[in-house]
Amino acid sequence: MDKTVKILSYVILTLLIVVMVFPFVWMVLSSLKPFREVYRPKILPENPTLSNYRQILSYSLFPKWFLNSLIVALSTTLSVLFFDSLVGYTLAKFKFPGRNIIFIFILSTLMIPTEMLIIPWYVMSSKLGWIDTYWGIMFPGMITAFGIFLMRQFMETIPDDLLDAARIDGVSEFGIFYKVALPLVKPALASLAILNFIGNWNAFLWPLIVASNSKMYTLPVGLSYFSSENLMRWELIMTGATVSTFPLIIIFLIFQRQIIRGIMLSGLKG
Amino acid sequence: MKLRQKKVLTAYMFLSLPLAFFIFIRFYPMIYAFYISFTNWNIISPVKKFVGIENYVKIFQDEVFRISLFNTLKYVILGVPVVIILSLGLALLLNNITKFQSLYRLVYVIPYITPLVAVSWVWRWMYQRPPIGVINNFLSAIGLPTGTFLSDTAQALPSIVATTVWVELGYCVIIFLAGLQTIPKEYIEAARIDGANRRQVLVRITIPLLNPVIVFLTVMETIIFLRIFTQVYNMTDQGSGGPLNSTKPLVLYIYQKAFKSFEMGTASAATTILFLIILGITVLQLRVLNKKVQY
Repeated sequence: MDKTVKILSYVILTLLIVVMVFPFVWMVLSSLKPFREVYRPKILPENPTLSNYRQILSYSLFPKWFLNSLIVALSTTLSVLFFDSLVGYTLAKFKFPGRNIIFIFILSTLMIPTEMLIIPWYVMSSKLGWIDTYWGIMFPGMITAFGIFLMRQFMETIPDDLLDAARIDGVSEFGIFYKVALPLVKPALASLAILNFIGNWNAFLWPLIVASNSKMYTLPVGLSYFSSENLMRWELIMTGATVSTFPLIIIFLIFQRQIIRGIMLSGLKG
Repeated sequence: MKLRQKKVLTAYMFLSLPLAFFIFIRFYPMIYAFYISFTNWNIISPVKKFVGIENYVKIFQDEVFRISLFNTLKYVILGVPVVIILSLGLALLLNNITKFQSLYRLVYVIPYITPLVAVSWVWRWMYQRPPIGVINNFLSAIGLPTGTFLSDTAQALPSIVATTVWVELGYCVIIFLAGLQTIPKEYIEAARIDGANRRQVLVRITIPLLNPVIVFLTVMETIIFLRIFTQVYNMTDQGSGGPLNSTKPLVLYIYQKAFKSFEMGTASAATTILFLIILGITVLQLRVLNKKVQY
């Protein structure tokens, strides 16, 4: 490797990193600035304070929105993990009539854009009383075709002998899936879980439609509403934005590797 | 025989609930949306009057729809090439370095995991007039003319594209890097020994071998830019897609038609158009990717 090319690569990459992280850093640092400092062209807060946090927590429904997002993201992720792996396992490890047709049917739903479904979903939700309920926000994401595709790929690598051995030992079919197959695909499950959590935490369009009562907003919907009501209070908006990013920062710090892995796995779709 | 039958039964049992989900939550709603697009329906009235293709005719006569469709194409045409070229360049640079590679890679992912609503508001602030907006402050500090960004009909759409590019870069860089790392080192070494320079290796070997990844990412990003909504909703005044509809994409048009003016028929017709565009692109992708790459 030529040395100059290498050094030049480092220089360009470092400069670009500044551009990439700046908006993010700006958001977090602004949330720590007292009102008087916000419009000064300084990056670091001179007198860092948590008063913005106190203010939005006492003033708006932020804690409730936070809780809503947590409930929605956690429940959908658990559901996705269970159902996607169960279907992936069944499609990979059982032979039965219609197997390929079912697989192709599930995959083909990937082509339907959510935007086409929101009107029927809304009609359905209002008929069934799902508007302004957690279930209403969650139901479209309870099972995902992409996760099924992914889990099927991983379940196929499990040797049949292992499953048959468990069968001979008298383990039930569900027991074999749950106790034998699932532990073997843990890394894939971890990546799927994190991508799903992030996706559901950040979801905007459907929660915006199905949650009409501000108490049922998820954080992104709440932040959008809160921000448009407070156009001139940028330090409060940045605090809200930071709060909505906070759990993801923690997840990011803990699961960096799985996030990268998950993104790479999502490239499998091609 | 008995065990086999039991296994078939188990399989159907395991699949029953998920299959019901895909039929009732994905497939049936698609048919239903298609059906509504041929009716005149305001969601409140119990009657759905069948009007044939009237909604389709109506939206194409609607200037706002035409503008939205045109804006959506602008998003794709401005955004996708920039994302692909920038991320390919970044991935190539990242592939050159050995130390801190994973650290650099991680930094590019940060925008991708930040909630898009938060991203939109941060950028909306950064785009403000001086002395509020940090970008304009920076521009005037280094002696460049300031921009009007989101408040200008000519600059608003490219400004939203820039934010979206910032978000999407990380995803593409990581997929490109994964693709680059699957290229056998021997190919590149062999070419170097044969006297090929860096540029030739890049153009003749690396890029052709990366072709499936390029196609995949181009299609993914095209679909993402076609479905652009959250940024526009949060970066424009009252989520209007302004100024003067200059940033309004198709999905925002659909949202307003369905949930502001309750014209479910016209909104559904617009979703069908979006679906057909995405379907066309996906089919095209499958055909291109199915062509075997020649090593």
